[in-house]
Amino acid sequence: MAADTGGITRDEVAHLARLARLAVTDAELDMFASQLDVILGAVARVGEVAAQDIPPTSHAVPLENVFRPDELRPSLSQEQVLAGAPAAEDGRFRVPRILGEEQ
Amino acid sequence: MSPEVSLELTRLTAAELAQKIHTREVSAVEVCHAHLDRIAAVDGQVHAFLHVAREAALESAALVDDSLAVGTPPASPLAGVPLALKDVFTTIDMPTTAGSKILEGWRPPYDATVASRLRAAGITILGKTNMDEFAMGSSTEHSAFGPTHNPWDLTRVPGGSGGGSAAALAAFEAPLAIGTDTGGSIRQPAAFTGTVGVKPTYGGVSRYGLIACASSLDQAGPCARTVLDAAMLHEVIAGHDPLDSTSIDVPVPSVVAAAREGARGDLSGMRVGIVRELSGEGYQPGVRASFEQAVAQLEKLGAELVEVSCPHFEYGLAAYYLIMPSEVSSNLARFDAMRYGLRVDGARSAEDVMAATREAGFGAEVKRRIILGTYALSSGYYEAYYGQAQKVRTLISRDFAAAFTHADVLVSPATPTTAFPIGDKVDDPLAMYLNDLATIPTNLAGTAALSVPSGLAASDDSPNGLPVGLQIMAPALGEAVMYRVAAAYEASRPTTTAPEILS
Amino acid sequence: MSTPTLVAFDEVVERFEPVLGLEVHVELNTRTKMFCGCSTTFGGEPNTQVCPTCLGLPGSLPVVNRSAVESAIRIGLALNCQIAPWCRFARKNYFYPDMPKNFQTSQYDEPIAYDGHLDVTLDDGTVVRVGIERAHMEEDTGKSLHVGGATGRIHGAEYSLLDYNRAGVPLIEIVTKMIPDTGARAPEVARAYVTALRDLIKALGVSDVRMDQGSMRCDVNLSLSPRGSGVLGTRTETKNVNSLRSVERAVRYEMARQAAVLDTGEPIVQETRHFEEQSGTTRAGRRKETSEDYRYFPEPDLLPIAPPAEWVEELRGTLPELPWARRARLQTQWSLTDEELRDLVNAGALDLIEATVAAGAPADEARSWWVSYLSQQANTREVALDALPITPDAVARVIALVAAGELTNNLARQVVDGVLAGEGTPDEVIASRGLAVVSDEGELFAAIDAALAAQPDVVAKIRSGKVAAAGAIVGAVMRATGGKADAKRVRELVLERCGPVRE
Repeated sequence: MAADTGGITRDEVAHLARLARLAVTDAELDMFASQLDVILGAVARVGEVAAQDIPPTSHAVPLENVFRPDELRPSLSQEQVLAGAPAAEDGRFRVPRILGEEQ
Repeated sequence: MSPEVSLELTRLTAAELAQKIHTREVSAVEVCHAHLDRIAAVDGQVHAFLHVAREAALESAALVDDSLAVGTPPASPLAGVPLALKDVFTTIDMPTTAGSKILEGWRPPYDATVASRLRAAGITILGKTNMDEFAMGSSTEHSAFGPTHNPWDLTRVPGGSGGGSAAALAAFEAPLAIGTDTGGSIRQPAAFTGTVGVKPTYGGVSRYGLIACASSLDQAGPCARTVLDAAMLHEVIAGHDPLDSTSIDVPVPSVVAAAREGARGDLSGMRVGIVRELSGEGYQPGVRASFEQAVAQLEKLGAELVEVSCPHFEYGLAAYYLIMPSEVSSNLARFDAMRYGLRVDGARSAEDVMAATREAGFGAEVKRRIILGTYALSSGYYEAYYGQAQKVRTLISRDFAAAFTHADVLVSPATPTTAFPIGDKVDDPLAMYLNDLATIPTNLAGTAALSVPSGLAASDDSPNGLPVGLQIMAPALGEAVMYRVAAAYEASRPTTTAPEILS
Repeated sequence: MSTPTLVAFDEVVERFEPVLGLEVHVELNTRTKMFCGCSTTFGGEPNTQVCPTCLGLPGSLPVVNRSAVESAIRIGLALNCQIAPWCRFARKNYFYPDMPKNFQTSQYDEPIAYDGHLDVTLDDGTVVRVGIERAHMEEDTGKSLHVGGATGRIHGAEYSLLDYNRAGVPLIEIVTKMIPDTGARAPEVARAYVTALRDLIKALGVSDVRMDQGSMRCDVNLSLSPRGSGVLGTRTETKNVNSLRSVERAVRYEMARQAAVLDTGEPIVQETRHFEEQSGTTRAGRRKETSEDYRYFPEPDLLPIAPPAEWVEELRGTLPELPWARRARLQTQWSLTDEELRDLVNAGALDLIEATVAAGAPADEARSWWVSYLSQQANTREVALDALPITPDAVARVIALVAAGELTNNLARQVVDGVLAGEGTPDEVIASRGLAVVSDEGELFAAIDAALAAQPDVVAKIRSGKVAAAGAIVGAVMRATGGKADAKRVRELVLERCGPVRE
């Protein structure tokens, strides 16, 4: 199955940037749209390979069932946890108001 | 210690330094000072380091000296030897940025497993080295903190993403370094700087504390100026880590013994496979010539040459540039200004702060890959892009498996070209991606490979010649044979080192 | 969009067939989190049960908790599911501040358990078989506190405070197949299913299943199909349904709301809605991404899980007697009618009675105490029966003392009151309140003689054969002894004293 190489539009790039939480500028949108178009044209080559019956490889190591025992390990201290926080209050991370609801 | 003696110390290999320190001919502190002085003298021009941990390094070296003074055996064969750590590993006592503005000033509350193993081995961490942002790039120009310069020619790139580590070695700022290799980020800089860079088998070295680029491809590895030094460092950092699920629980291959064995220069009975698909078009003439000489040299050492075909390697780059950005888009989602790192304030909601911070904190290449990966994973495109790339990955692994039935190791040029001028490809992403043509298949298959210097190649714009690397590839966990061949090849040809920067 | 006037429930079911689906999240009670060794204990100081992994710090990696996998498999087996011979974790990508990595590590198209069922008994004894689509493993998110809004809710808040102690706690999500043909009983079926699931998981001992604490959470999916059309309606997913009663109310409300929307000729919007506990209504959520935007892909940091058959069988062997089997057994053992059994179940008395019986009490006595006197006490105090501060052992002790004649029923209730008041064990209460039956017959004789002397007319009546008159003397004796005498024995003694009696 060959990938659709019809190209990527500026609107698509804008949508992707929104999904990826990137407040890209108009100039970037133009640049990325044309660059990604070229890159996608190149990577779409994977579609040329006849791989219908080939299993996908998600992991390069042939391992399974790697577990840890249900045993406590030390946590970080609250101070360590919050040390890098842009803002904190009452032992918690302080963040600007959240518009969307939990999913 | 005179400046001359100090300079001489920086010219020694890690193995030589270790021997001098352990016999107390010189102290670890003197060795550390020598390298700190060298960094102070040349790093203004090279910019290999993002952070130099002067005090911590001297303290760590002093501990080694104290312990040797009371007759305690060295913690490891490399105890007291200084090292440059790629700034992609978390360190509890140094900032960790991964070359990105978004992490500027971040102090991790924990050590990467690689860092803690280095410390346990008594290795002195001099500081953190420059890199392409989040290890995305092949030139170190994508560092948010400015490019690293190639010590062979300061107007040229040292390769990337681990250009800082490789340049530090070539400029004699450190005898050892650690890199990470997702698509060639250890081997390509090694080739560009005339140093040795090893990408171990996936799962061979713990990724815990390695800031992820692409989780299924990333692998930490040793960098050095000699094969033996790399092998010694390999044995320090490799081995099972219960904190990394993908870490392989088998004994570390005896690579030091293999390197010593190889240095005797006999490769009789060794079958060396030349990958047809990695030695033809697209390679700079000087690089091809150097590769042909290297192959002839291997034959002289007794190796049996066989030609092998890996037909799916030509799709490696395409598969890689789908899988890698997909994983990147997910791995880098955590940089959102909520818990650590940069926060661009002033926006009215958490959502806006996230988007504004990511926009300001990430460079163009990172954003490009995030968008590309977001696209490749989208439900309508997943099968055609990500899914198909994962199948190609299977086929590439099968190509390797088939080739390794005919050959013990495979060889190719490590890179298509020698180091290019800074600024040459930075605005042409695809041209930049082609740097990784020969190195990518190994990452996709999770096998092992290294780059060992194979002389200089001249070109029109570089008549004196620039370093070329010979890539030696081995099956998963086949590091020993790879080191053996590399050491034999290294011993059979003259060493070339970068010209002195201070002149 | 304002909600049109609701359609009356009877009318809804007359014209529409509701199709139900339930998604229940259960927090496992493992000691540590799904992917790291942090504690899962409730109530810790904020951000004290977090580490690099559950805080999503750069470089951190997950490792699967073996106990969580075992719990997942046991839940799957108890729900008559197939256990996947091979499955993986996947990343569900979306940005939300309570999720440290901005992806949730979950299972997507490869759940560990699938295709099972749960038989659910309704109030009238009807058994409905609910198909189980899947049960999969995932991780919980952190908790947000919204500050500055009128009600502490997200809407209108100025900012939010995040605590990640819950982030990474193992969750099992259990998803039903579509439940058709429930008609007017849809709300009841939904509630009965969640109840049955709760009891089942409680019996497995893998979760506290406390809906009030959030360790069990329910999402209600509902659509309406016009009767006889055979066309499935568009479904809504209602979240935040956090009690058994709410499950029933949410279904009822959505049925009425959707019917009203359909009656206006508008389509139902496929959306996430939120249940409002106070009003019993649902409202549309404000969610940014749709399910197509989650960009699921296999989690590269975790390896596949392939439970060997022996392991699954071993876990099957650990399944306890499941609730329905236990109920059937107890019904037989205790000779209960269906209705009696149901009352015990609804009162939450089954465990308590069984434990009381296990402590040596006869079943009917144990049952009587829990369903009458103790149930009254629970009602008065407005707490659940099992929240009363008395143990089954204590109840069994009281029953034993009554049987031994050391307590009268009246005294027994006083002892129980003492225990409930926190005065200690039954024996301690008896000692401190001096509640033992007066068995010193000398003291008793004195009290009887005094009573007889005080009421000579009554004595005459008794002697003339009016035995019933003895009650007045008994009453006087009981008053005199502060109720500590055994009334039956007092009566015997009174008659004896007045004898010979012509009966």
